[in-house]
Amino acid sequence: MSAPFRTDAGGQIDRRKSLTFTFDGRTFQGVEGDTLASALLANGVHLMGRSFKYHRPRGVLGAGSEEPNALVSVRRDKARVTPNLRATQVELYDGLVAQSQNRWPSLNFDMGAVTSLLSPFIPAGFYYKTFMWPRKAWDHLYEPAIRAAAGLGDAPTEADPDRYLNRFAHCEVLVIGAGPAGLAAALAASKSGQRVMLVDEQAQFGGSLLAVTDALIDGKPAQVWLDETLATLAANPKVTMICRANAFGYFAHNMIGITERLSEHQAHPDAGAPRERLWQVRAREVVLATGAIERPLVFPDNDRPGVLLADAARIYLNRYGVKPGKRVVVATGHDEAYRAALDMHRAGVEIAAIVDARPYPRGPLVEAAKAAGLTVREGYAITGTIGELRVNGAYIAPIIAAGQVGQTETLSCDGVLMSGGFTPSVHLFSQSRGKVVWDETLETYLPGQSAEAERSAGACRGRFGLAQALADGFAAGADAARHPVTHSFAVEAVEGDPKGVVGALPHNRGQGAKAFIDWQNDVTTKDLKLAVREGFQSIEHIKRYTTTGMATDQGKTSNLNALGVISDALHRPIPQIGLTTFRMPYTPVTFGVLAGMARGDLFDPIRTTPIHDWAVEQGAVFEDVSLWKRARFFPQGREDMEAAVRRECLSVRKDCGIFDASTLGKIEVVGPDAAEFMNRMYINAWTKLGVGKCRYGILCREDGFVTDDGVVGRIAHDRFHVTTTTGGAARVLGMMEDYLQTEWPELNVWLTSTTEQWAVIALQGPKARTILEGLVEGIDLSPEALSHMSLTEGKICGVPTRLFRVSFSGELGFEINVPAEHGRKVWEAIWAAGQPHGLTPYGTETMHVLRAEKGFIIIGQETDGTATPDDVGLTWAVGKAKPDYVGKRSLARPAMADPARKQLVGLLTQDPAVVLDEGAQIIVTRGQKPPMKLMGHVTSSYHSAVMGRSIALAMVSGGRARRGETLHVPMPEGDIAVTVTSPVFYDPEGARVNG
Amino acid sequence: MLLITCPHCGPRPELEFVHGGEAHIARPAQPEALNAEEWTEYLYMRANPKGLHAERWRHLHGCARFFNALRDTTTDQFVVTYKTGEARPDLKGPAA
Amino acid sequence: MADLMTNAPSMARHVLRGRLEALLAAEGALGFALPREACRSASLNDAHALWLGPDEWLILSAPEAGLGDRLEGAMGAHPHSLVEVTDRQVGLVVSGIEAEAVLSVGCPLDLDQAAFPIGMCTRTVLSKAEIVLWRTGPETFHLEVWRSFAAYLRAFLTASAVVPVAD
Ligand SMILES: [Zn+2]
Repeated sequence: MSAPFRTDAGGQIDRRKSLTFTFDGRTFQGVEGDTLASALLANGVHLMGRSFKYHRPRGVLGAGSEEPNALVSVRRDKARVTPNLRATQVELYDGLVAQSQNRWPSLNFDMGAVTSLLSPFIPAGFYYKTFMWPRKAWDHLYEPAIRAAAGLGDAPTEADPDRYLNRFAHCEVLVIGAGPAGLAAALAASKSGQRVMLVDEQAQFGGSLLAVTDALIDGKPAQVWLDETLATLAANPKVTMICRANAFGYFAHNMIGITERLSEHQAHPDAGAPRERLWQVRAREVVLATGAIERPLVFPDNDRPGVLLADAARIYLNRYGVKPGKRVVVATGHDEAYRAALDMHRAGVEIAAIVDARPYPRGPLVEAAKAAGLTVREGYAITGTIGELRVNGAYIAPIIAAGQVGQTETLSCDGVLMSGGFTPSVHLFSQSRGKVVWDETLETYLPGQSAEAERSAGACRGRFGLAQALADGFAAGADAARHPVTHSFAVEAVEGDPKGVVGALPHNRGQGAKAFIDWQNDVTTKDLKLAVREGFQSIEHIKRYTTTGMATDQGKTSNLNALGVISDALHRPIPQIGLTTFRMPYTPVTFGVLAGMARGDLFDPIRTTPIHDWAVEQGAVFEDVSLWKRARFFPQGREDMEAAVRRECLSVRKDCGIFDASTLGKIEVVGPDAAEFMNRMYINAWTKLGVGKCRYGILCREDGFVTDDGVVGRIAHDRFHVTTTTGGAARVLGMMEDYLQTEWPELNVWLTSTTEQWAVIALQGPKARTILEGLVEGIDLSPEALSHMSLTEGKICGVPTRLFRVSFSGELGFEINVPAEHGRKVWEAIWAAGQPHGLTPYGTETMHVLRAEKGFIIIGQETDGTATPDDVGLTWAVGKAKPDYVGKRSLARPAMADPARKQLVGLLTQDPAVVLDEGAQIIVTRGQKPPMKLMGHVTSSYHSAVMGRSIALAMVSGGRARRGETLHVPMPEGDIAVTVTSPVFYDPEGARVNG
Repeated sequence: MLLITCPHCGPRPELEFVHGGEAHIARPAQPEALNAEEWTEYLYMRANPKGLHAERWRHLHGCARFFNALRDTTTDQFVVTYKTGEARPDLKGPAA
Repeated sequence: MADLMTNAPSMARHVLRGRLEALLAAEGALGFALPREACRSASLNDAHALWLGPDEWLILSAPEAGLGDRLEGAMGAHPHSLVEVTDRQVGLVVSGIEAEAVLSVGCPLDLDQAAFPIGMCTRTVLSKAEIVLWRTGPETFHLEVWRSFAAYLRAFLTASAVVPVAD
């Protein structure tokens, strides 16, 4: 029952709690505390994936987020398939179903591996070189084929059913990484009484401490110190600790993006339990305690399953109670591998030999290994491995001169533990735009000048070893908290030389040997050397050409070795080659957690008017206008939109229609200088507009192009009621505030949005006055008292109202503004009063047709940001006597008076049944072949019930001078002949607004 | 997400702000008096510097005021923010 | 959640803008000084003045109390703008031990009492809606939101209130 490679005791697992899981359909047993990787290793399974390009069999390489090989998909159901998870980070739960990736039909036998046989023909830059020509083949042949073969894992086929949360958080000190340095930093900072957050990517806090077996901190075993420290921090209410937290991005001004896994590790998450949460943490100070990542050795066939990082193997042994094999070769260029060898030896794993590429390794760990009777081969390189799906032997050879090795020996083994040393994890530091500097002693890049309020502590800045990490972390925490607290940790631990080896080991295996640098993107030393031979010198170019470091693991295990190999090939020291930019995310994040709560009904606010529910009850069909839902039409029975709109249009023209105009933007412009301000903003003249009168206002940008329009009413000498388009409300207010605050702050005028203060009910049609008459108090609706384009205040249905007599339909019309709270009540009263008079509700579609019949423009439909007032026939509105207004100077530019400018016209198709497509182009002579000479385009096109035919508005070059001309609209079915007309199709005399 | 110090409200998250383009481009008092080149200069030409940039922001979802800022376009760090109407701080002075 | 979020009592709302003389006159009608410190409120009985901008206050008062007319009368010809926005927005009260955490799901401000004390008020955002956020107690916030955003805000707060472990 028990897994063959599980030890009998020790580690952070609970051997009594057995968990059943499947991997590629095979059922295995693990225990509580396992990761998928540790559980598979306990069962003797190293083969966990296939490589991306060559489909080579791959085993697990690491034990944490740096893992490049063991990418798996975890499947809960059809909608919950998560690809590209690192098996080293997948916490085991009972019933877990995982599958390997990049293999078909099975992991053991993969057809794609034939690409491995072709690998001599897939060198660096293969895609760039091969698929250059012919251009057309790229679209139809190369790209689809490459896309089908590429990509990691499969996307789920159904919508993501999970919930994701968001959280903004603030703290004085954020500590990223809860290893010894991070814990010490949090401990120090927490003594200040300030808010401290401590986050770690693992399921448990402790980092490297979780695998320490032999050290004492302040006289206590490391595990005891860890437990006590965590208890101390947890007891402090000012300390927030988050595990399973991937600090994936360092954003400007100390904003850190962190994703927290909430339920993914659970066998049976509660229904509706959120899956992940995005934390956006703003920290006054940040402590980066992100540790270091072990570097692989670069030698031929270093990617064979069974070859793993030495320290990862030690973590599997000490933390998960899992042995990596029965007999292993330890290949190293660094002291820490001796610690791994000693721990393996004690656990009963046979050490075939420690093969150290350094000529004279010395120090306490080396001596301890020798004292334990382990064979140490000094100055030897591992030059290859043997085996197919699992390593079964290793080649070693003495290094006899730089780049040369002697006689090869073969050692049998079922595992190779390798270590080239540790690379400080400067990813987040680099993301923060801090500058890394090359450290000659450690031969690695370390954090240099900071750009943000942060400091690194411990191994991520080259302070290796437990004692240094604790001391450095504590000092960093105190510094971050600006709290003068000190503590000197008493640490008893055996510590080695921090220096390792960088780049490739020498070998004698010939040109064909594949020594991998970047496991995930299948980049070898040969690829890098080829890139250099082909003339690439910059690391940024070599990276893109070879794709080294560009996989989902961000080159965590590969970057420094790549630099070492390139340095050799270019004969230039590493610091002269530079370092590529580290980009977020540190480890991949789900789309779901980035979308967060913004999905479904919460994707965007859905704005509705006070009359919305009435329209819903009447069966209205709605359309989205900016964030608003607006009733588009009110179908009766089985009417489609065309039939409903035809009926609604005729009702308005014959009797009366009622329309919800509440979404119109409204701005109250108030103050002694209100008229002066309006004069400067709008093209119209306002000074002489009497109180109680309205005017159609047009707003241009400073470049002279129309940006908004709307009716403006003068409520009082110092008070204007300005309306804007629905979509332009915020933009217009912002533009007005801009001029007022920054250009004319001396004006005594203020702007207040009243869009939502008022519900607006438009009543349009010959019977509008009759319907309203019985409802108003203190308002004289007679034409003499309330002429077209005037307004009055009074009461309707007992509610205060601003009642405008305006028309956007060409009919007698009123717009009744009432406080929003009363909108529906007043609407229903008008509705009831209108029943004997054939009152019909209409929507935005009918509103559009009615205004087009009158040639009224819609901003954004007739205008596109390049139309002047004159282009759309509004020269009459310009206050010509005004010395200045926004846009005036620009309208004086010669190009604005070019007679060939596109101008608003009407178009009538010669066949009245044909309704043109909006957006269709217009040409002068028929039968043209592309490229045609385009003269303009159709902006609005409808069937007009009252005209009994189609109508269209268009912007046509020199259009006003073309009235009566026949033009053509080229369509796939052939040209459509149209006649240019006035844009006013119906009631050109304008008699109907008088009822 | 930037942390922007509104001269009225203090440091606030970028989500509350909108960017307003280059600062200190005053609208000419008499636009009609400008020739085409001068008007073009005012209307379209912007410095777009690498380094310190005087720019306008509006604390739209806050006090709703426009204000000016000196921001380093290469680092996104704000050197100083100041109220509309105030002169661009002399960076050789104490503001730097 | 029912406890966490309730509708504020109905009230009259005005936006007050103006020059100094008008503000002084308004203070006479209010019976208390308009807060001049950024993001602070002042209250007397049922009347509250919330600083929203350097020359902008949101005045909340009991409905039908006629404060708007009194303010308008007091300011007279002094340059000012008083605009009634009673129906423009609605008030919500979020209260309880989780109030801070729930609001922090969508609001990017630091809501710790040290940073956002009782009496502080400001326009800000809550997810994709603009709100006025006003702390009226250690665990009580008054939110003002434009009425068409209220349904979204309620739905967002309801969804936010499902706070998982460790909060
Ligand atoms: Zn502000």
